[in-house]
Amino acid sequence: MRGPGGPAPVRRRSRYGLTPYWFLLPALVVYALFLLYPLGRAVQISLYDWDGLSLATFVGPANYADVLTDDRLRSAFGHSLVLIFFFAVLPLGIGLVLAALLTRGQVRGMGFFRTVIFLPQVIAMVVVAVAWRQIYAPDGQLNTLLRAVGLDALTRTWLGDFTLTLPAVGLIGTWVSTGLVTVLLMAGMSRIPTELYEAATLDGAGAVRSFLFITVPSVRAEVVVALTMTIIAALKTFDLVYVTTSGGPGATTTVPSFEVYRRAFQLGEVGSAAAVAVVLTVLIFGINIAVNRIGERES
Amino acid sequence: MRISAGERATNYAILILFAVVALAPVLTILQAALAPETPQDALTGPPLHVENFGRAWEQGRFSEYMLNSVVVGVIVVSMATTFSIMAGYAFGAFTFRGSQALFYLFLLGIMVPTEAIVVPLFFDLQALGLTNTVWAIALPQVAQSVAFGTFWMRAYFRGANRSLIEAARLDGAGHHRVLWQVLVPVARPAIVTLVLLTFMWTWNEFLIPLVMSPNAQLRTAPLGLALFQGQYVQGTTLLAAAAVLVALPVVVLYLVLQRHFIQGMLEGAVRE
Repeated sequence: MRGPGGPAPVRRRSRYGLTPYWFLLPALVVYALFLLYPLGRAVQISLYDWDGLSLATFVGPANYADVLTDDRLRSAFGHSLVLIFFFAVLPLGIGLVLAALLTRGQVRGMGFFRTVIFLPQVIAMVVVAVAWRQIYAPDGQLNTLLRAVGLDALTRTWLGDFTLTLPAVGLIGTWVSTGLVTVLLMAGMSRIPTELYEAATLDGAGAVRSFLFITVPSVRAEVVVALTMTIIAALKTFDLVYVTTSGGPGATTTVPSFEVYRRAFQLGEVGSAAAVAVVLTVLIFGINIAVNRIGERES
Repeated sequence: MRISAGERATNYAILILFAVVALAPVLTILQAALAPETPQDALTGPPLHVENFGRAWEQGRFSEYMLNSVVVGVIVVSMATTFSIMAGYAFGAFTFRGSQALFYLFLLGIMVPTEAIVVPLFFDLQALGLTNTVWAIALPQVAQSVAFGTFWMRAYFRGANRSLIEAARLDGAGHHRVLWQVLVPVARPAIVTLVLLTFMWTWNEFLIPLVMSPNAQLRTAPLGLALFQGQYVQGTTLLAAAAVLVALPVVVLYLVLQRHFIQGMLEGAVRE
């Protein structure tokens, strides 16, 4: 077995022989066939003009040029930026406050709050979307509530409005992500030593200053993880858009993942769909690496 | 450290507000599901119309869709867990040529979005005549779950007690005995968490089942719900009841075993 003062690497390998590879084989086979190979195929298909039926023609980077020039595709990626605000930035702000209250606010029922706030995270996105469609419906709960408090002027068809539908869909994302972010930050905050806060109080710092100068800097690592997870969730949003708006009205709420589906399976533009998918994947990899780099440098 | 009564009251107010916001949509859909479906129903029967669930179940063909979801879930969870335990053992307990590179190859899979693989998978599986089968829905999800599961079990086996392995080896146990009869029983909490997360992801998955069954022969529960929404336009009652039915298995598991869910998603997120 491995350990300090163990045999040299060469002997170790001969001792194990092929054993580790046998243990790895089933996972590797299914992973290679159903994930790695299709990923490579996506790159290959993205270089062709193909309708999924007839012979494909090689077009090189033309499909990628489309991502930059096609208005609908460009706005799909633009909508992702808006969704990142609602899925990641807003929940981070709310989560920092909630987590600080739950860990430092000396409140009872922490377990209850944690369970309730995290709950949206485990509900199927389709169910979430169906529920929020009903809430946002013309005679749904949101408009009913607005009328009840005399704000009739604010009522509208939330999922049919050209300017407000994207934020309305985004807020569903806020509702889903906030619990995850809060619980993640709670884990980080529970590790901050109490003495830090006591010293700050002795120095005359109030709750807000302690929060800004002790709590927030101490959970940098958790902030990085929370942002990575929620930004990627925002970029991958498919079921939510599919069920609530199908990208509409017009193309005001379409997102890259929905465009992948639409192009490949509704319009028969498979090559273009693959190019969007590859760009989305590269974006996700890039964000993963970038956010973690920033996190490492700052900590 | 003490805080004032006023500050504490503010804290409670904020927390209760957010708990209400988190719960309101859930309660809304539950209330809609239990409301009378027709004016006639409102006059007869109990105040809570539990019969809506039965009606949604029948009209939405959920017995069929739930069964499909269960079959897919069993395949994905059992295959992915077994393969992940084995691969995690290989990475966690051995040093071998290429282990680093292979491990990073698996890590890559955690980041690859479903959108990237679903298009080629559909056309290749269609060419093989595998679309509209449970395998077309299950195997891509096994691959995705194996990527996470391998990472998860490797972390666990790396921290496992080495003297335990050595003692078992000295007693003449083979690698399979060491793994399945010594390590796996000890690793049960980690495996339970992995099983729950895999089940949740599989049960809630939408894009893969949507694409892999183009003529709607084989629908899982979330697909059934989306289809039901398209067909069922006259009211919200049965749609809400159907939504509750689809969410229920995972939500019940979460409420009973919430520590495993939260811990798994947080620890899984923090990749060393």
